[in-house]
Amino acid sequence: MTNTIGEIEKTDVILITGSNTTENHPVISSFVKRAVSFGDTKLVVVDPRRITISDFADFWLRQNLGTDVAWINGMIHVIIKENLQDQSFIDQRTQGYEELKQTAEKYTPEYVEEITGIPAQSLIEAARLYATAKAGSILYCMGITQHTHGTDNVKSLANLAMLCGHLGIEGGGVNPLRGQNNVQGACDMGGLPNVYSGYQAVTDEGARKKMETAWGVTDLPDKIGLKVTEMIPKAHSGDVKAMYIIGENPLVSDPDLNHAEASIKNLDFLVVQDIFLTETAQLADVVLPAKCFAEKEGTFSNTERRVQRVRAAVDAPGQVKEDWEIICEIASRMGYPMSYENSEAIMAEISQVTPSYGGINYARIEQQGLHWPCPNEEHPGTPILHVDLFTSGKGTFHAIDFAPPAEAADDDYPLYLTTGRVLYQYHTGSMTMKSEGLNDRSPESFVEISFQDAGKYGLEDGTMVDVTSRRGSITARVKVSTKAVPGTVFIPFHYAQSAANKLTNAALDPISGIPELKVCAVKLSKAA
Amino acid sequence: MGKPNTITINGHEFEFEPHQTILDVARRNSIDIPTLCHLKHTTPTGACRMCVVEVEGARSLLVACATPAATGMVIYTESPTVIETRRMLLELLLSSGNHNCAICQTSGDDWTQFQLRVQQEEDTTELCPVWGDCQLQDLAFRYQATGAKFPATPTRYPMETVNPFIVRDFSRCIQCGRCVQACTEVQVNNAISFGYRGSRAKIIAAGDRPYRDSDCVFCGECVQVCPTGALVEKDTRYQSRPWEEQKVRTTCTYCGVGCQLYLHVNDNKIVKVSGVPDMPPNYGSLCVKGRFGYDFVNSSHRLQTPLIRENGSLREASWEEALDLVANRLGQIKSEYGSDSIGVLTSARISNEENYLANKFTRAVLKTNSIDHCARL
Repeated sequence: MTNTIGEIEKTDVILITGSNTTENHPVISSFVKRAVSFGDTKLVVVDPRRITISDFADFWLRQNLGTDVAWINGMIHVIIKENLQDQSFIDQRTQGYEELKQTAEKYTPEYVEEITGIPAQSLIEAARLYATAKAGSILYCMGITQHTHGTDNVKSLANLAMLCGHLGIEGGGVNPLRGQNNVQGACDMGGLPNVYSGYQAVTDEGARKKMETAWGVTDLPDKIGLKVTEMIPKAHSGDVKAMYIIGENPLVSDPDLNHAEASIKNLDFLVVQDIFLTETAQLADVVLPAKCFAEKEGTFSNTERRVQRVRAAVDAPGQVKEDWEIICEIASRMGYPMSYENSEAIMAEISQVTPSYGGINYARIEQQGLHWPCPNEEHPGTPILHVDLFTSGKGTFHAIDFAPPAEAADDDYPLYLTTGRVLYQYHTGSMTMKSEGLNDRSPESFVEISFQDAGKYGLEDGTMVDVTSRRGSITARVKVSTKAVPGTVFIPFHYAQSAANKLTNAALDPISGIPELKVCAVKLSKAA
Repeated sequence: MGKPNTITINGHEFEFEPHQTILDVARRNSIDIPTLCHLKHTTPTGACRMCVVEVEGARSLLVACATPAATGMVIYTESPTVIETRRMLLELLLSSGNHNCAICQTSGDDWTQFQLRVQQEEDTTELCPVWGDCQLQDLAFRYQATGAKFPATPTRYPMETVNPFIVRDFSRCIQCGRCVQACTEVQVNNAISFGYRGSRAKIIAAGDRPYRDSDCVFCGECVQVCPTGALVEKDTRYQSRPWEEQKVRTTCTYCGVGCQLYLHVNDNKIVKVSGVPDMPPNYGSLCVKGRFGYDFVNSSHRLQTPLIRENGSLREASWEEALDLVANRLGQIKSEYGSDSIGVLTSARISNEENYLANKFTRAVLKTNSIDHCARL
C-alpha cells in the first residue's frame, strides 16, 4: 500500500475494486464500513460479484470479467472531459499525460458500457465522485491483478490516482491489499527472480558487487531467474530438474492443476519444507518439517509496509526446526558455511544490505512496527509513499488500450468462471482445514450461481453439478446466491477435493507472469 | 466560574478539550471511574450507569461517559452517594442471573442452593467460566456488593451452544450492550441488536436466531468486549483460567493486514487468541481466522520429523540423513545440469529473516536467480 490502513477511515472517497474485502481482509473492511457508516466517506465498489461490501457502497458498478482497463479509461475520459483532473499535480509531478489523454479519448461512457456492461451514467457519477474528492483511496486485490492484463489494470489504476492527484497525500493512494501475512516481506527480502532484498536489481552490476562483498562470494548470476509460473512449465519440459519449495502448496494454488501436477512429477528431485504434508509435499523426495508462526521469532511485513515482530509462544512438536536453520544447514553442507545466532542477527544483516530496511531493528519495533522505507536508525519510517517525489522522479502515465481476457465464453463453454477465497478458509486450506469450527462454517467447495442461471440450467440450491473447462472438470455443490450475476459463476479455490484450479486458465500476464485465475469459460451439467 | 475549559475532579483542577466527556478527562488523568457498558470509540449509551458521578449543582448523579465536560464543573467520583448508588446497581445486576462467583454472599443455604442450581444448569462443578476475568466480579469486590439484597431471578433464556466458536450465556448477560456496540460500530457487521423489552430484553441476532443462522461472521469482537461471562470462546470455556495463561504478543499468520494479537498459552498450548487493544493496525479487532483458526498449531497432522522417499513412499528419517541427501542431490544437479536447472519457491508465510536467507542461499549457493513465491497466486 502507498498509504496506511488507518488512513482508510479518514479519506473522502474509497474506490474498491477486485477485492472481496469483508471476506479476505475483514479487519480492513471494518475501517471502510466505519468510514462510510459513521463518517462522510463515499464508497464506490467495482466488482463482478455483488459482494457484501457493495451493500455499503454509494455505487456498485458491475463490470464484465476482465474489462477493467476499459472502465478505468472510461473514468479517465469523463474526468478529463469535465476538466476535473488535478492539473497542477499533473504538470509538476507526472509525465506522459498527453498520451493518456489521447488514449482515453475514445473511451466514452457509452463505448465503455458496451465493453463492460457498466451503465454510462453510473460510470460518470462515480468518476465525478472520485475526482472531486479531496483525498481518494483506491483499494484493490487479486481481482485486479490475476488477469492476463493484470499489469495493465494496476497501471490504469495508478493513472486514475495520479490524474486526480490522489497520491502522496493523507487518505490517498493506490493500495493493494496483500493476501498473505508476509507476501510483502517475501517480495521485500528478494524472494523474486529479478531483485535482491530492497528491490535491488540482479541485473545492476553495482548491486551485484555489493552483495558479493556482503556475502563473501563471487560470480553472482546476472540473469533474471524464472518466475513460479515459468518454473512449472520448465519442469514439464525437463529444463528445471529440481525444486526446493518452502511453505507453498502449488498443487492447489496454481492454475491448470492437471498440468502443474504432471510438471512437478517430472522433476528429478523435489524438496518440500512445510508444517504439514500438503498435496505438494506428498510428491516430494524429501520433506523437511518446519516451525509455524507461533513457534518462532522474527518479523512479518504487512500490507502497509509495516515491519512487525513475530514471537515464539509455544514449543514446536517433534524435531521440527525453524526455516532459517534448515536453510543454513543445507547451505553449509553445500560448502557455504551459514550460521546465525538467532533471527535478530539475520535482521542485522538485512538492515546492512537493504537500504529500505536500514533503520529496522528489533528494539525499535518492540512495541509498534515501522513502515519502510526506513533508511537509518533515526528515521521514523514512511507511512505515506511518494509525498514529494516518485521513486523514479516523475510519475509516468501509461497510455493503455483495453484488450479482452485470454478466454471468452462461447457456445461450448457458455459461462464465465471467476475464483477467490471465502471468509472461513485460507488459501489452500492446509491451516484452516485443521479447525473443526472453520470447517463447520465452510465445509466444502461450491459453485455460486445466480437465480437466473440456476433456472436456466435447471439447477437447485444444494444439488451437485459438474463444472468443466477446456482444461479439466470438477464436481461441486450448487449455491444459488444473490452475490452472483447472470452469466458468471464463482468457485472458491481452497478445496483440493474439487479444486477450482483444475478449471482455471494458466495464460499469463506477459510482464508479471501472473495467471488469469479470475476469468475462464466453463459449462455446467447436472452431476450423474 | 473557574478557568475556561477547566473542571475540578475530587478537588483537583483539570483542563479539557471541547467534546470531551467527564470520563475522558478523568481517564486521561488516571482517575478511575468504573464502567461496564462504555466502549472506546463508540457512541456512549449510558446503559449501565456504573460511571455515575456527583456534580455540584446537578439535580441527580450524572453518567460520566455521556456527560460533556463543562467549564467550572465540580465533580466527585467516589462520594458516599456515588458509592452507595454503584453498590445498589451492582446488587441489582448480581441478583439477575447466574453470577456464581464467590462474591455472592447469600446466606448459607441460599448460597449453596444457588450454586447447585447454576452448576446443574451448566453441567459443571466449577464456578463461573470467567471467574477472575470478569469486570462485574471486580466491581462487586471493589464496592462490596454481594447479590444478597434482592431475590435471585430465574434464567429466562437458555444458553446458545450451537455454533462452533462462541457460547452465548444469557444468564450472565447484564445487557450493557457492549457487544452490540462492537458489532455495529466497531466491526460494522450489524448482526446483533437489542430485542424484546423490559424484563424480557435480550441481545438478539437476526430476529432472535442463533449466531450461526444470522449475519454473524464470528469475528469475536463481541466476546472480546463482553465484561462478564455472557459471551465466551467455546473452546476456552472451563478449559483454561486466566491466571494459568501466559499472553505472548505476535503478528497474525493469515492475511496481509498484520493484526497484532495475543496468543494465550496454557501448558504449552494455545488456548485462546485476543486482539491487542489500542495498537495499530487492528486496534484490538480480529477476524474469525485470526481469533479462532489456531487449531492447526497443535494439530496431530503436523510434520514432526524429516521424511525421505524410498521405494515410492515416504519414510521417517533423521535430520542428518535428510539434510545430507538434499545437499548432495542439489549439488549433483547443479553440477550436472547447471544452476538454472534448480528453482526455489520461498514463502509468503515465513518470516522476513527466512525469506532473506532463502534469497541468499539461492543466489550465493545455488548461483541462480530462479527464486519466487506465491505473490502471483
